[in-house]
Amino acid sequence: MKKVFAKPKSLTEIPFTYCPGCHHGIIHRLIAEAMNDLDITKETIGIAPVGCSVFAYLFFDCDMIVAAHGRAPATATGIKRVKPDNIVFTYQGDGDLASIGTAEIVHAANRSEKITVIFVNNAIYGMTGGQMAPTTLEGQVTQTSPYGRDPKTMGMPIRICELLSTLNSPAYIARVALTKPAYIVKAKKGIQKAFQYQIDGKGFSLVEVLSTCPTNWGLSPKEANEWLEKNMIPYYPLGEFKCVEEGILNVR
Amino acid sequence: MAERLLMKGNEAIGEAAIHAGCRYYFGYPITPQSELTAYMARRLLKIEGAAFIQAESEIAAINMVYGASAAGGRVMTSSSSPGISLKQEGISYIACAELPCVIVNIMRGGPGLGSIQPAQGDYFQATKGGGHGDYHLIVLAPSSVQELVDLTIKAFDLSDKYRNPAMILGDGLLGQMMEPVQFKEFNKKSIPAKEDWALGSSKGREARRIVPFNLDPNELEKLVNEIGQKYQDIQKEVEYEVFNIDNPDIIIVAYGIVARIVKTAIQKAKKEGINIGLIRPITLYPFPGAAIEDIASKVEKILVTEMSLGQMVEDVKIAVNGKAKVSFYGRTGGVVISPVEILEEVKRLLK
Ligand SMILES: Cc1ncc(C[n+]2csc(CCOP(=O)(O)OP(=O)(O)O)c2C)c(N)n1
Ligand code: SF4
Repeated sequence: MKKVFAKPKSLTEIPFTYCPGCHHGIIHRLIAEAMNDLDITKETIGIAPVGCSVFAYLFFDCDMIVAAHGRAPATATGIKRVKPDNIVFTYQGDGDLASIGTAEIVHAANRSEKITVIFVNNAIYGMTGGQMAPTTLEGQVTQTSPYGRDPKTMGMPIRICELLSTLNSPAYIARVALTKPAYIVKAKKGIQKAFQYQIDGKGFSLVEVLSTCPTNWGLSPKEANEWLEKNMIPYYPLGEFKCVEEGILNVR
Repeated sequence: MAERLLMKGNEAIGEAAIHAGCRYYFGYPITPQSELTAYMARRLLKIEGAAFIQAESEIAAINMVYGASAAGGRVMTSSSSPGISLKQEGISYIACAELPCVIVNIMRGGPGLGSIQPAQGDYFQATKGGGHGDYHLIVLAPSSVQELVDLTIKAFDLSDKYRNPAMILGDGLLGQMMEPVQFKEFNKKSIPAKEDWALGSSKGREARRIVPFNLDPNELEKLVNEIGQKYQDIQKEVEYEVFNIDNPDIIIVAYGIVARIVKTAIQKAKKEGINIGLIRPITLYPFPGAAIEDIASKVEKILVTEMSLGQMVEDVKIAVNGKAKVSFYGRTGGVVISPVEILEEVKRLLK
């Protein structure tokens, strides 16, 4: 029988620790496929965040380090400056990247560190049990916005791709989703492109992946996908926000 | 013979670091250590393959250090008191991950924003861990610009040897003063190879993981115990200076710049027929407790002088363990102790 589908070699044999229906697993797979397709696994150093994906260090078959909550872009910067020939990526949740680590992501992007950031936006804090994230939608109920996020006192959800795209320096910024096969194909292309930008030395690349958290949203996996499409995509439009083909040095 | 150069303390640390093979520096400006950050920029930005980054904050800087060290780089950061407080989370991670690096703290007055004048109020923070969890830094306390050079080089070697962060604990006065220094021939072979643990290309070997946590209490206890064993080993690195300790009327314990001021007080005292001895811890962690205990059995009175409300005095009391009477004299908030007031205090105690 012909094998048409298999686990990418860039993943280890260790089973994922994610809840059923959670997109973290799909995102891991897409990163691993990109590493395989680009043949960079053995050259790659990954940085796991603090959040549900803290265990990402176990799942990728490349050198990995766990960063402090929010500080992955700084840790990645240190690694890349010592090992410029290696491919360096961070994997970060929205609490990690858009809340505690806002300064680190903005400045790593602004220095156009030659790293790739995979930013998982599930509109909530997963690991700590469903508190409000900076990306939590208006009116969304969480543990710490029990009456719904009220923009008057809690601000509006932060759009990271749009925010970072106002900077001159980053080379590639895109937002993708995974709720349909067509989206997954695009997401895979986006992640691959982000790594390719780093391989080509063009500068900072980031892919935001809209993701589900069925557990803390209190929805079944199917309902979670529907909720994401209905509520998140209208506020967080998909697409490429920045795609500086020549690399930053040529566009100043 | 290496030539003698007149250098400012902060710049001497920078040159010493580069001399010792440090090629990565991440920092954020703060008085009174800004010249060091500027010096590293001037030097490292001209060295092929080296990196200097003015980070967006101390937090970012220390986490850059974490990454650079994990990738096998010889790396340093520096700051002054409030900035060091911000680095504590990162330092705790580095200690847990057992990575080497050098952290310079040129102390100023505190707490809070405090002042920009010299002080020694960060002794507790430096020697007792400072960040969360069970860990220690290797802490070296220079008292001259030459020692800033020698101990910076030593800090890199010790941090590599034990894979533990090392701190240079100086104060604003030391950072700002100029003195002649010499750089001895540096043996590059003293930088150990890090290929057997650092992150990089995993071709031909298993992937490596640097993980500063363990959710299994028994496993974490094992790790913390292993790190604790390292602190036992580090005890053999104790270093201290004794001065004028034959037949002293009293012994003073002081470190850093205060020890220099005590030496002036000792000269003044001699003229008045008073014999003051000095013991100066050079390593604050490991602390020269045994040496202090030894001396305590030979005198009645020990005076600890510090530019703080009294921090090292606690370690001295533990070391002395009742064998002599320990008292304390300190100035704080950025006030520099004078030799005259030390002598007055000695006279008061000897009365
Ligand atoms: C300094 C610090 N503050 C808080 C925490 C607790 N904490 C762990 S994970 C987390 C939120 C993670 O949320 P997110 O980044 O959105 O990732 P997710 O779990 O949703 O994948 C927080 C607040 C921590 N570990 N460290
Ligand atoms: S808590 Fe949410 S984000 Fe975390 S693994 Fe479960 S579903 Fe995924």
